[in-house]
Amino acid sequence: MQYMLILNETPAEFARRDNPAEAEAYWGAWNVYIGALAQAGVIVNGDGLHPPHTATTVRVRNGKRQIEDGPFADTKEQLGGYFIVEAPDLDAAIEWAAKAPSALCASVEVRPVLPPMNRPAD
Amino acid sequence: MQKRAPSDPFSKAAETTARASYGRLVALLASRTRDIAGAEDALSEAFTAALRVWPKTGVPDNPEAWLIVAARRSLGHDARRRRVREAAAGAVEIIYEEYAERMPVPFPDERLKLLFVCAHPAIEPNIRTPLMLQTVLGLDAVRIAAAYVTPPAAMSQRLVRAKSKIRDAGLRFETPDQETLPARLTDVLNAIYGAYGVGWDDVNQSDGDLAAEAIFLGRLVVSLLPGAAEAKGLLALMLYCEARRSARRTIDGGFIPLSEQDPRLWSRDMIMEAEQLLIQAAHTATFGRFQCEAAIQSVHVQRPLTGRSNWQAIVQLYDLLAERAPSLGVLVGRAAAYGHSGDPASGLAQLDAAADERIANYQPFWATRAHLLDLLGRSADAAVARSKAISLAADSAVRDYLARGGSG
Repeated sequence: MQYMLILNETPAEFARRDNPAEAEAYWGAWNVYIGALAQAGVIVNGDGLHPPHTATTVRVRNGKRQIEDGPFADTKEQLGGYFIVEAPDLDAAIEWAAKAPSALCASVEVRPVLPPMNRPAD
Repeated sequence: MQKRAPSDPFSKAAETTARASYGRLVALLASRTRDIAGAEDALSEAFTAALRVWPKTGVPDNPEAWLIVAARRSLGHDARRRRVREAAAGAVEIIYEEYAERMPVPFPDERLKLLFVCAHPAIEPNIRTPLMLQTVLGLDAVRIAAAYVTPPAAMSQRLVRAKSKIRDAGLRFETPDQETLPARLTDVLNAIYGAYGVGWDDVNQSDGDLAAEAIFLGRLVVSLLPGAAEAKGLLALMLYCEARRSARRTIDGGFIPLSEQDPRLWSRDMIMEAEQLLIQAAHTATFGRFQCEAAIQSVHVQRPLTGRSNWQAIVQLYDLLAERAPSLGVLVGRAAAYGHSGDPASGLAQLDAAADERIANYQPFWATRAHLLDLLGRSADAAVARSKAISLAADSAVRDYLARGGSG
């Protein structure tokens, strides 16, 4: 099965990316994690994201487009990146989620990926 | 379809197999697909088919094998062509028997995997016990809902949701490895004890015997994991409590506290079995919450032999429990034990230290507080605590007992 590891981070963690005193440690921890995923050969896809202040939220209501600055929900944790991993079951995906640096101070949500929609039904 | 009387031998054979094998069959069917709801549906179709076919062919030598074959076929049809399932069902009856002849005997018992999936950390804790009761024992949602004082539709919805999470999120259908087994086993045992608690509170057994079902699950885990000391501890604990079931109420339903129960009404067989389990568990020489609680019960049941309750031993066991597994119930129990052992001042101090926001709704806290204050001669304060305890007692027999000055 494929699982998406939704890597949430706190504002303090996002801030570390641009803090010269901490950036090396921040990215270093992610590099170690990504290295481990890559070595295990479980990565299907994945990206880090720019911080939440770069987000724009789009809605269409009654045919009218509403565009807002910022992420949908103003919460303490925001999406910082994601990986799609190949894992035999949820338990294996949870093992990977628990190793992510953001699991220590924010959270990782694990969700199974839907199979592609355009495949004809059996 | 022709209606049959319940005494019909074929219905009876189907029913007997259903009762004895339900969990085994669901576990076996679901262990590969993770689709518990699908397995239950397929099994229910297989039972329907059995009632149709067995009167013509006789009850097969291995009814379980027959049912598994029938259910697997139903699952196969379900996956391949949902819509023609009904049409196809009639045509395959004859083939069942031929397949059944070739089934391996005995089947692997996958119920432990099913129990671990039901108590998986990714499953909401308060649906774990109902999920086990349904999938392993075949209890229907209506009966489970009654036991949990929940509307049946809501319970049914939560069960369906939990089963789709297991299937869609791909929860692992395996016995955990040695590293994670202790923590995961604790979840399984807690869920079983949860069922026992519901059954125990239900004095009139209006929902059937949930306590007996919990004991069945406890025995199952002991038989499937013979090395697990805590599983034995839990089974022992439940048996000690169950042994006293008929001694805890007067004929007219009045509450009788443990210290005033007539030991002649206790089940000797259950106590003996519990003692044996506890001795076996002790061989591993590791602390376990359930073993420790069972050990406290073991001291209590020695009262008829020695003529008195050994409160010093009970206090020591509670001290150990409070240090290693300090739940609110344990801390309140320890305070009460200190009171009985002649040190109510320490008991009261411990009780005050244990107080948090949960005590507002926790009747044993107030009953114990009233008892300790009485022992300390503070009768006005005791009366306040006692009336709080009475207001929180859900069981009218307990309420009456407290109102007469009992200590809970």
